[in-house]
Amino acid sequence: MNNLKTFTNGLIKENPIFTLLLGMCPTLGVTSSATNGLGMGLATAFVLIMSNLVVALIKNLIPDKVRIPSFIVVIATFVTIVEMTMQAYVPSLFESLGLFIPLIVVNCIVLGRAEAFASKNNPISSILDGAGMGIGFTLGLVILGATREFLGSGKIFNANIYPEDFGMLVFVLAPGAFIALGFLIAIINKMKQTA
Amino acid sequence: MAKTESSLKNMFLTLLVIALIAGTSLGFVYKFTKEPIEASKLAKQQMAIKKVLPEYDNDPASEIYELKSQEGYVLKAFPAKRNGELVGVAIETITKKGFSGEIKIMVGLQPDGTIINYDVLEHKETPGLGSKMAFWFRPADNSAEKNNNEKNSFFKWLYGIKDGGGGNRSIIGKNPGKSNMKVSKDGGDIDAITAATISSRAFLDAISIAYVTYTNEKNKTNAKTGASKQIKEGGNNE
Repeated sequence: MNNLKTFTNGLIKENPIFTLLLGMCPTLGVTSSATNGLGMGLATAFVLIMSNLVVALIKNLIPDKVRIPSFIVVIATFVTIVEMTMQAYVPSLFESLGLFIPLIVVNCIVLGRAEAFASKNNPISSILDGAGMGIGFTLGLVILGATREFLGSGKIFNANIYPEDFGMLVFVLAPGAFIALGFLIAIINKMKQTA
Repeated sequence: MAKTESSLKNMFLTLLVIALIAGTSLGFVYKFTKEPIEASKLAKQQMAIKKVLPEYDNDPASEIYELKSQEGYVLKAFPAKRNGELVGVAIETITKKGFSGEIKIMVGLQPDGTIINYDVLEHKETPGLGSKMAFWFRPADNSAEKNNNEKNSFFKWLYGIKDGGGGNRSIIGKNPGKSNMKVSKDGGDIDAITAATISSRAFLDAISIAYVTYTNEKNKTNAKTGASKQIKEGGNNE
């Protein structure tokens, strides 16, 4: 039961994007389409799960004073693995995400979970926490990406819904990311209050 | 298990071990992904070459040579031959005049410099505006756009939009030596992408660089063979 709570915690109650507001740089940067959001979300989720697991396993071996550098090295290793694997097997996605993959290293949500959760809990609940947070992050990115893609270019996951020419281009550009995110957070907060 | 103490020796050893393990595992992953990464890059290049050239029976990638443009860029040229005769050259051209960063384009030229086709390899232009260059400079009646237009006819009717007829967008089949490869705003023959004049200028700049560099190189080799003849005849070198 407790494990289930750990897992669902990241989905809505402490959703990294809509509630914790962590990892905003990739959130705003890559969500110009739902596909990009999904790719970025899954990559981050993988890194989160793996780094949470490893940090939980080695937490007692690491002296307190060097825990942050150790966590960063662990995270960076997994990010680089993801980067190289993506480049090898899904080059098109790698191209559209580009610079943001290496930036997962400094994504607050990854280090945040390592420090706040994995370094204090056992490996199993750390994996669940990583999975929950990762899926929550993916969910947030996909919702934001789909919203922007739909309003900006009339598509969702590249499927045409209405002609591109009538889209509000601003939503695909950077300012649209802030606007869309703001409104989504407002809507979700409202839903949480009434629920 | 007790927490490791934060003594200098412990901190040093832990970080060393972590870095060692991380480094080793990355080395392994690098080894495994190196080949697929190169293969996918090569496949992309091959596809771009195929797209911009007429039918050929040699392997252009193996006959690659480099061209130096006046701007100092190094362009890659892939000659395509059929039955030993040159039918076209694919040139990987580049410009730094884009709206944000470099633009890399593969452009196919006939031996006389007429543009066969192009493929945008890499760009960081604004999505939805400058990124349209991937199809904008092709003839308007290409099937993808036509399909799109049919799908959108209801919306066009709804909003009272009439088809523009395409205008002078296409660069396919044009020879940069004969037509003015500039956007119409600058007095040229090509209509720029709506709301992305800078990207359009950069695009045409890259195409022009490819053309100028290629023809210069061609003239130079022609001049050389011609010049050596002239020297023998006691004529002036140019």
